[in-house]
This record gives sequence, C-alpha cells and structure tokens, in this order.
Amino acid sequence: MSSTNPNVKMVDSHTGTATTGHEWDGIQELNTPLPRWWLIILWASVIWSFGYVVVYPAIPLVSSFTTGMFGWSSRGDVAAELNSLKALRGPMVNALNGATLADIEKDPKLLTFARAQGKAAFGDNCAPCHGAGGGGSKGFANLNDDDWLWGGKLEDIQATISFGVRSGHGKARDGSMPAFGRDGILKTAEMSQVADYVLSLSGLPTDKGFDKAAGAKIFEENCAACHGPEGKGDMALGSPNLTDKIWLFGGDKASITEGLTNGRGNVMPAWVDRLDDTTIKALTVYVHTLGGGK
Amino acid sequence: MAQTGNIPAKGGSGAPGGSGKSITAGELGLGLVAVLLAFFSIFVASKAYTPEYAFHAYVFAAASIAAVFAIANRYMNRAAEPAPQFIDGKPNYNYGPVKFTTLISLFWGVAGFLVGLIIALELAFPALNFDLPWISFGRLRPLHTSAVIFAFGGNVLLATSFYVVQRTCRTRLAGDLAPWFVVLGYNLFILIAGTGYLLGISQGKEYAEPEWYADLWLTVVWVVYLLVFLATIWKREEPHIYVANWFYIAFIVTIAVLHLVNNTTVPVSIFSSKSYIVWSGVQDAMVQWWYGHNAVGFFLTAGFLAIMYYFVPKRAERPVYSYRLSIIHFWALIFMYIWAGPHHLHYTALPDWAQTLGMVFSIMLWMPSWGGMINGLMTLSGAWDKLRTDPVLRMLVVSVAFYGMSTFEGPLMSIKVVNSLSHYTDWTIGHVHSGALGWVGFVSFGAIYCLVPWLWNVKLYSLKLVNWHFWVSTIGIVVYITSMWVAGILQGLMWRAYTALGFLEYSFIETVEAMHPFYIIRAIGGGLFLVGTLIMVWNIYKTLASPEPAESPLGSPALVPAE
Amino acid sequence: MSLWQKHAIFEKNSIILIIGVLIMISFGGLIEILPLFYLKSTIEKVDGVRPYTPLELAGRNIYLREGCYNCHSQMIRSLRDEVERYGHYSLAAESMYDHPFQWGSKRNGPDLARVGNKYSDEWQRQHLNDPRSLVPGSIMPGYPWLAKTELDTNHLDQHMSVLALEGVPYSADMISKAAIDAKAQASDEDPGELTKRYPKAVARNFGGRPGVVTEADALIAYLQMLGTQVDFKIYDDKANLR
Ligand code: HEC
Ligand code: HEC
Ligand code: HEC
Ligand code: HEM
Ligand code: HEM
Ligand SMILES: [Ca+2]
Ligand SMILES: [Ca+2]
Ligand SMILES: [Cu+2]
Repeated sequence: MSSTNPNVKMVDSHTGTATTGHEWDGIQELNTPLPRWWLIILWASVIWSFGYVVVYPAIPLVSSFTTGMFGWSSRGDVAAELNSLKALRGPMVNALNGATLADIEKDPKLLTFARAQGKAAFGDNCAPCHGAGGGGSKGFANLNDDDWLWGGKLEDIQATISFGVRSGHGKARDGSMPAFGRDGILKTAEMSQVADYVLSLSGLPTDKGFDKAAGAKIFEENCAACHGPEGKGDMALGSPNLTDKIWLFGGDKASITEGLTNGRGNVMPAWVDRLDDTTIKALTVYVHTLGGGK
Repeated sequence: MAQTGNIPAKGGSGAPGGSGKSITAGELGLGLVAVLLAFFSIFVASKAYTPEYAFHAYVFAAASIAAVFAIANRYMNRAAEPAPQFIDGKPNYNYGPVKFTTLISLFWGVAGFLVGLIIALELAFPALNFDLPWISFGRLRPLHTSAVIFAFGGNVLLATSFYVVQRTCRTRLAGDLAPWFVVLGYNLFILIAGTGYLLGISQGKEYAEPEWYADLWLTVVWVVYLLVFLATIWKREEPHIYVANWFYIAFIVTIAVLHLVNNTTVPVSIFSSKSYIVWSGVQDAMVQWWYGHNAVGFFLTAGFLAIMYYFVPKRAERPVYSYRLSIIHFWALIFMYIWAGPHHLHYTALPDWAQTLGMVFSIMLWMPSWGGMINGLMTLSGAWDKLRTDPVLRMLVVSVAFYGMSTFEGPLMSIKVVNSLSHYTDWTIGHVHSGALGWVGFVSFGAIYCLVPWLWNVKLYSLKLVNWHFWVSTIGIVVYITSMWVAGILQGLMWRAYTALGFLEYSFIETVEAMHPFYIIRAIGGGLFLVGTLIMVWNIYKTLASPEPAESPLGSPALVPAE
Repeated sequence: MSLWQKHAIFEKNSIILIIGVLIMISFGGLIEILPLFYLKSTIEKVDGVRPYTPLELAGRNIYLREGCYNCHSQMIRSLRDEVERYGHYSLAAESMYDHPFQWGSKRNGPDLARVGNKYSDEWQRQHLNDPRSLVPGSIMPGYPWLAKTELDTNHLDQHMSVLALEGVPYSADMISKAAIDAKAQASDEDPGELTKRYPKAVARNFGGRPGVVTEADALIAYLQMLGTQVDFKIYDDKANLR
C-alpha cells in the first residue's frame, strides 16, 4: 500500500530510472521514456503511409473515393501486364495464327512454340482427365497411342478439342451407345453371349462353351450399325474398334457387360468458350505430336 | 515495498452467523434458467430437422440438468455465509475457476495440437482421410484452428485473466456462481463447436465456423465474462488499473463487437442448425476479415500481451520497462489493428481503396506491435542472467521474441507485391504458426508453469523437464516454420513461373507434388511441438499428483527509495 | 510528465477506458465497411448473375459442410498468372448472392471460381469419389458418401425464405417450388419451369444415379455453375476499374 503513494517515488537500482510509484502484486513500472529509434520508425511509417494514400486509391468519400495521383488500379495493372505478355509472345502468336496446322508442324520454330503453349494449357485443363502424359485412364481416352475414337488427323483433333464430345455444345461430336440391358433391348443371356463374342474378336479368352454363332448374330443385329460388321469401329460415330485390344473402358467381360447394360457415352467438354483459338491450335499440335498422330 | 499487513480486515471474516442457510438469488435464478433451458432443449431435440442438431440439443439439455444438480450440490455443501472477501486482511482470492481453466487448457492444447498433427499428415499422406466424413481434412482443419485458438488459447486467457485481475486489483473475483458460469459455459461452447465440425455443422466462415445457437450461447457467456471482469475491477483495492487489465478489457470488449457483427445470422428455423449470414459477397468478405484479422489482434495479441505484462515482470522480478511505452503502444495498437483486415484480400474483388487502407495500417502497426515486444524483452534488463537458470522465464522471453518476429513478418506480408506471392500459399501457414506456436503457445506454457505452483502452492515437479520441453518444442517450431517458408515461397514462385517463351511453366498439380517433402518435414516439426507439450503435461501431472510444498514466496524487486 | 499524468483518467475509471477502446476500434471498421454498402462502384454492373437454384444452394451448403473452402479459393486475383491459369479475375458481382462468401484464404487445391463446365459430371463424380484415381498426385480427400446419401430437400423453401429476407431476389413462386425444382434439376427429364425461374439453369442427372437425388447431384450442380454466369465476351473491363 505504501508504494502506491505517489509521493514516494522509487528509483530502480539497476537502471537508475524512476518508477511511476505504483505497484500491483509486487509489479512496478519504470518511467522510461519512449525509445528514440522506435519513435522515429513509427513516425516514418506514418509519413510513408500518408504519401502512399495520396498516390494510390485510398479514401472512401460520399459517392466516390480518392483515386490517387496516377489513376492506378490493380485491374488496370493486370490488363497492362497481360498486354505486355502478348507483346512478348507477339510475333510468334501471329505466325501461329497465320499458319495452317500442317505448316506449324513443318516449321521447327513454330512447332517448338506451339508445343510449349500446348503443354502449358494441357497441364491445367486436360491432364486431370487424360493424365499428365496424355495416357488417359478408364473412360478417358489415351492420347498417345495411335488409336483414335474420332480421328487422329490434325483437323479431327482440333474439332474434338473445340467442341468436345457429347458436351452439349451445338457442334459437339455426338451419338452414344444404347443401354441394351437397362432399356430391355437385350436379355442378360444375350448380353453375355455378345460380350463373349466381342472378346473373341480380339482373340481374348471367353467363357467355356459360349455360342459364337449366336453371339455373332446378336452383334450383327444390334452392334454392327455402329461398330461395323467386323467390329472395326466407325470414327464418324466415335464407336471404338473392338478388334484391336485397345480398350477405353476395359477388356474384361465385366466391363463390357457393364457397358452393354448401361450404355456408353463419356463426355469431353468443349473448349471454344474457355480457351482462345491460338491456344486450341497449339493444343491440337501438342496432342498430335504426343506420339500417335495420324 | 514490503506488503504492509495492517489493512483492516474487511467483510466476512468474523460474524459468527447463527442464521440458517438460505438460497441466494443467483443460485435460484440460474437453477431456474437451467431447468427451463433443459425443457426447451429437449423440445427442440424432438423436432430437430437433423440428427446432428438433435444431438446438440441433447448436449444442451444434459448440460442444463448437470447445472441444476451442480447448483443444488453446491448449496448443500457450502457454508451459510458467502465466501469472505478477506481473510486475515489478505484478499481471499477465488482460484477455483482459475484452476479449472488452467488444467482444461492443457487438455485442449494436447487435443488441438494432435489434430494439427493429423491434418498435417493428411496433407502429406491423403490416404489418412480414410474416406470417412468425420475425419476428412475439410472438417478437421476448423477443429484444429478452433481447438488451438478458442479452446486452448481461450481457456488460458480465462485462467490468466481471472488470476491477474484478482491479484492486480487485490480483491476477490466478483460474483459467486458467475465465474463458474463463465468457465463452464465457455467450455460447453467449445464442446458444441468442436463436435459440430466433426458432424458437418459449419457456418463456412474461417475462425467463425460455429453455427447460430453456439454463437448465441457464446454471446451470453461473454457478456457475463465482461461483467465479472469489470465488477472485479470496480471493487479493486488499487487506485490504478494495471496495464495487463487494459489489454484484457480491450480483448474482451472488442471480441464481443467482432463476434456480434461477423455472426449476424438468421437461422432457417429454431429446429435447424443452419443459418444464413446477413452479409453477402464482397461486404461479407470485408466483415469476415475485419473479424478474422482482429481475432488475431485482440484474441491472439491483446489477450496474450496482457499475459506477458503480468507474468514476465513477475517471473523476472523486475519492473515493467516503460510505462509510457505501455500507454502509447496500447492505444496505437488497438487503433491501428482494426484497419488492417483488408490485407487478407489483396488483389481480390475488394475495391482497391480498401486494400490500400489495409496495407498502410498494417505497416503503421509494426512499431505499436514492437512496443509490446520491447516492453517485454527490456523488462529483463538486470535479470538476463536468469535466463540461464530459469527455463520458464526463457520460454516467456522466447515467446516475446517470436511475437516480434511475426509482427515484423506480418507487415511485410501486407505489402501488396509481397502478398501477391505469399497469399494462398504455405507462407501464410508459416507466419501463422510462428505467431501461434512461438508466441501464443510459449507465452501460454510459461504462464501455466508459473500458475500451477502459485495456485496449488506447490513446487514444480521438475525444472529439468521444463528445459526439455523448451528445447524440443523450440526445435519443433523452427522446423515447422522454416519448412513452411520454403514451401510457401516455392509454391508462390511456381504458380507464377513463366517459361522463356512466355507460358506458365507448372501445372497446379506439379506445385502440389512439390509440397510433399515439406509437408512431411512440417509434420515432424509439429510432432516435436506436441511431444514438448506432452512433457509439460507429465510435469504438471507429477506436480499435482505428488505435491511438494512451495519454497518461500518470490522475493521483492530490488528497489530503493529516491532521494 | 504532466501529459503522461492525464492518462490516469483511463487507469482509474474502467468505464472511461472501455469508452476509449470502443471509440478507437470503431473508426477502422466503419470507414472500411460502410462505404462498401453505399458506393456504387463496389459491385460491378453486369448481366446474368442470378441467385442459386434450390439444388445449387443445397450443393453449396454441402460445400460448406465438408469444408472445401479450407483448400479451395473461389477468387481469381487480378494477377497475370492467375488470369492465365484460371480465367478472368473474379468480380464482386459474381458473389453478390453468396451468404456467406467463399473466397477462401488457402490454396491446397486449385481455385474453383470458374470450374463450372470445365469437366464432365462423370469426372466430377469419379473425382469426388476417389480423386487419386484420376489425378495420382492429388492430396484431396475422397467423398464417397456424397453419392450414397440422398439429398434432404425438405426445408429448402425455408432456407430460401431466409435468404429472400436478406435480400436475395427469390420470389414467392421460387420459394414454394423449391423442392420440386431441386428434384427436377437433378434429372434428365424435362425440368418444367425451372429455367423460367432460373435463366440458363442446367438440368441433368449430375450425380449419375437413376431415380434418386443424392448429395453428389447437388454438389456437382453447384460446381458446374461456378463462374458460368457472366459472359466475359460482352463484359466491359474498363468501365469497372476501381
Ligand atoms: C472431363 C474430362 C476431359 C477433359 C478435361 C478433356 N478431355 Fe479430352 N476427352 C475426354 C473423354 C472422355 C474423351 C473420349 C470421348 C469418347 O469417349 O468418345 C476425350 C477425347 C479426346 C480426344 C479425342 C481422342 C480420340 O481418340 O479421338 C482428344 C484429341 C482430346 N480429348 C483432347 C483433349 C484436350 C486437348 C483437352 C484439354 C484442352 C481435353 N481433351 C480435356 C475427356 C476430357
Ligand atoms: C448407336 C451406336 C452404337 C451401337 C448400336 C453399339 N455401340 Fe458400342 N459403342 C458406341 C460408342 C459411341 C462407344 C464409345 C463410347 C465412348 O467413347 O464413351 C461404344 C463403345 C463400346 C465398347 C467399349 C469399347 C472400349 O474400348 O472399351 C464396347 C465393348 C462396345 N461398344 C460393344 C458394343 C456391342 C457389343 C454392341 C451391340 C450389342 C454395341 N457396342 C452397340 C456406339 C454403339
Ligand atoms: C486437402 C485438400 C482438399 C480438400 C479438403 C478438397 N480438395 Fe478439391 N482439390 C484438392 C487438390 C490438391 C486438387 C488438385 C488435384 C486434383 O484435381 O485432385 C483438387 C481439385 C479439385 C477440383 C478440380 C479443380 C480443377 O480445376 O482441376 C474440384 C472441382 C474440387 N477439387 C472440388 C472439391 C470439393 C467440392 C471439395 C469438398 C467437398 C474439395 N475439393 C475438397 C484438394 C482438396
Ligand atoms: C502440433 C502443432 C501444430 C500442427 C502440427 C499444426 C498444423 C496445422 C496444419 C497442417 C494446418 C493447415 C494448413 C493448411 O491448410 O495448409 C494448420 C492451420 C492453422 N493452425 Fe496449426 N498446427 C499446430 C499448432 C497450432 C497452434 C498452437 C495454433 C494457434 C495457437 C495453430 C493455429 C492454426 C491456424 C490459425 C491455422 C489456419 C491458418 C490459415 O488458415 O491460414 N496451430 N495447422
Ligand atoms: C503486425 C502484426 C501482423 C500483421 C500486419 C499481420 C499480417 C498478416 C498478413 C498480411 C497475413 C496474410 C493474409 C493473406 O495473404 O491471406 C496474415 C495472416 C495471418 N496472421 Fe498475421 N500479421 C500480424 C501478426 C500476427 C500474429 C501475432 C499472429 C498470431 C498469433 C498472426 C496470425 C495470423 C493468422 C492466423 C493468419 C492467417 C489468416 C488466414 O488466412 O486464415 N498474425 N497476417
Ligand atoms: Ca458463427
Ligand atoms: Ca485461412
Ligand atoms: Cu491479418
């Protein structure tokens, strides 16, 4: 209690600084002045801030805000940044725009450029479905073998990328395989027979004692229209070749039966509205040169 | 200095009351409210739209019933007279709620750090999500942040504030049941919030995930907290309010304001856990980060600075370095913090003018923050040698150093160009944890190591173990934050890397894969921090399980009268 | 010294101290928050932003429930690399009906502000079910329970009434048809009046399971509409610098 008497000023023996004369639970306070360097930096930051506020948009007013001395805005800034990027790529982009797809592949400089652009776009847009190397996965097409659902020529690929497959876009590649089981077109036994028949087309092992003739008949009546009489597929319809041991959905009987039951028709999105023409062109070349280009 | 013992005994030391026991208005009122709440909760549970919400209603019902029994039980066992304010002229401090919150903060600390470790491992090895909803990353992460900030940090703040305000006002905590209502009610809020996340009840606002009914409950608890704190100050025996209490008051009042504005929601129905916040889009973003940043400023900073202002001088047995600095940095800190929220929204759809304000105030905030650091560190002048012998003091001091570091890093990250790199990356996580583990964690541990012996009047089981705790956790922190700095800067640079031809160099998934080694290192760092904490828990357990009486009380500071 | 002594008024009087604190903390909040409500430039003038359909709203609530915002931002910053990676920077207008906003603060996964229509429903289903089956290096958790859980459409009308109260332009008609619209949007059948109420809303069997509306239906419907409402071919960038 005595120490709270303001008249009894204490001096700290170690620092020689006076205390404020108060004490709380044994704690006292020194009356040390504010550190100089601390004050200087504090004021410097305040002055700097005032300057910054004058230069940049900062103070909200009644119906507007102060826009700063140079009319800077982050949105204006990014527009400028994107333009400078265009300038950096400029000449090459123009060359790319002017050239036909075939010409691009013939010009090594253009090709390198297009592949670089294609690779950049592929990683964030296509790889989630087609895999980082374009290898695909069940239901998602492999892009580096030379087996194509919709055609492996440059123009085919460009069309697929632009409008997608069953994407809902007006120009999308369309048509899908019916659900023979779900819609009651084929009975379970029939599906089993035709599935074995499909396996036999590429020489894969089938169930013992399956009736090949019956399978062939079902195939001819139900499947040949799309997959062709010999099962070689039809790129106009996107119906895969069933004789080449390359499978989109899997070459075991369960996968085939599943497709027969519920139908097939995977979707690839359309990219015209998301990516610009140059990027799609570059992607086309990139995909074409992945390994399996026709 | 010598504490004079000649203060006249006040209040109920004597008065041999002959009259029988009578129930107090508080007991009766709170009991009745609890009964009503129990019935109401059961009614809500019966009509709840979802089983998860029904579960929460039953938790409320159970808590209310438990409260009724607890009040009745207390009434049976207590003396007829209310607890005396003074005994032998010394304040009869109320340590019950302080002891409770001290111990439960240890529990929540371990739980929160453990969940932190689990989510760190989930990011390194996603199979650990086990395809289970309750433990998937998106639900556990809010559990971690709330458990460490609100459950661990919150209980440390309750414990220390109730201790410090009594000691520095030299008076018993105000209220009879009220302090218990605050600490138990607060922990009920934690229970509701935490189980809610696991069950998928979330408002979807960072650090404000609890839904409307939990928010409402917290509001009630918080108002009572403020009242208990203030009423204690009102009956203080010291003419002046100590600086630690300024900070506690700023913390309690501001958190109340922030909580109310950022949780202005309209529930879908009282039978639904779901509510919709009245703010939307860009305004909601601004309100959220006004809240979020100041949860840092007032919960994790002002509150813990209050801890520093009591425990550092007390432990070092030195006077606070500068009273004038206390004043200036206190007012500057609370004034400037409030403005800094937009630094969480740089380059977003928040208008530029607001971003500018957020940035400049963050920079001006640097020195006010360092004012606290200086006052903490310089209080040791004349006692630096104690750092060699007292690991508890060392923990407190290192926490202040971490505070200084993260409040330098924060303004740096607020600069727009820097933030364009750091935002959305693990750099932010590194910054968070240098503040959270280094500052909040260590200052809390230091305070707990002080509090337990003081509260139970025992000797700490082992200073050597404190030393182990200190080193294991310090290494853990350094491993954690350096790995996240490297990871974050690498991530930010990879996102914006361009090839020579002018195209983005890396796909997003490549940047994810590049983080893998750092996530493993971070988990090791976090693991060490947790091990350190477990050492502390063991130490505290031994201290309380096989108590040794305390040595002589702390000596008085070396002061001589001025001429 | 005298000036310092003036501070004693705060140290002796807790109410004055509290008032002082309240005054100090009110400036920043008021000056930064209030103008966002009255300055016209805050929300850009754009066409096409409509409120969520009941199914999308339900999906959004699942997004909140699962805590996707802990890993995914929905805010493309006005920075070159972000615009190149994710598309046009996000506008304030695009989240004006978002209660709460979901801009996020950490990107453990990519930004989702424009993920709508980027992938197929099948991809989204498979990705939610088991992300690593499609993206081997992903660290995203699997959410197999979404496709297994039937969506609760019972109280969607109440949800929408609350939002209407808070200023989202839901009409009485929209509110009363909430459950019907939710189910209609999740099937391949003709969605009836759905698109009259919600222009350009897309109805499909997002979740893939025939005949039942699952949580996956709702979440995927939400994901597939993210960022698709503003037509940036006609949006005027220069008119909305601020
Ligand atoms: C949502 C998943 C998805 C994304 C993203 C995607 N694709 Fe596809 N893509 C598919 C599917 C599925 C097919 C196979 C369609 C079919 O079954 O007929 C396909 C087919 C293709 C084909 C035709 C293959 C053939 O054999 O004819 C090309 C070329 C192609 N994609 C390129 C791309 C490019 C380039 C991108 C990125 C811009 C891309 N895809 C993005 C799913 C996707
Ligand atoms: C209307 C056209 C159509 C008919 C009829 C049709 N298919 Fe198909 N089928 C397709 C298309 C298109 C695909 C590829 C779907 C995709 O890419 O998603 C396909 C895919 C398949 C596949 C998967 C190939 C792989 O690589 O995994 C099998 C197997 C198959 N069909 C077998 C049959 C059999 C057997 C029948 C008759 C019972 C049949 N299809 C009838 C169009 C048809
Ligand atoms: C632990 C972090 C994490 C959580 C939680 C998480 N994700 Fe992801 N997400 C990722 C990562 C990493 C990727 C990128 C790799 C990939 O495609 O899987 C990703 C990718 C995605 C993508 C593809 C985005 C694109 O443009 O390629 C979508 C859509 C998505 N997540 C949705 C969700 C939804 C919906 C939830 C919640 C139900 C969720 N995520 C929860 C980490 C997460
Ligand atoms: C064992 C110790 C800890 C570990 C292993 C740990 C781990 C983690 C992890 C993995 C995350 C998620 C990061 C991300 O999404 O990328 C996180 C977030 C967070 N942690 Fe911890 N943590 C620990 C202790 C603490 C403590 C003591 C605190 C606070 C007192 C804390 C506060 C936070 C906060 C606030 C976030 C959210 C950060 C943000 O959103 O930017 N953590 N922690
Ligand atoms: C002067 C003081 C400080 C300033 C100016 C500051 C500034 C910042 C900035 C710029 C960010 C990054 C925002 C973003 O890009 O998303 C941030 C994040 C964060 N800081 Fe600080 N910081 C300060 C002190 C502290 C302290 C002392 C702590 C903890 C104890 C802390 C905890 C956090 C947390 C938890 C986040 C993550 C928020 C989130 O995104 O979820 N900060 N801070
Ligand atoms: Ca809340
Ligand atoms: Ca965050
Ligand atoms: Cu902040």
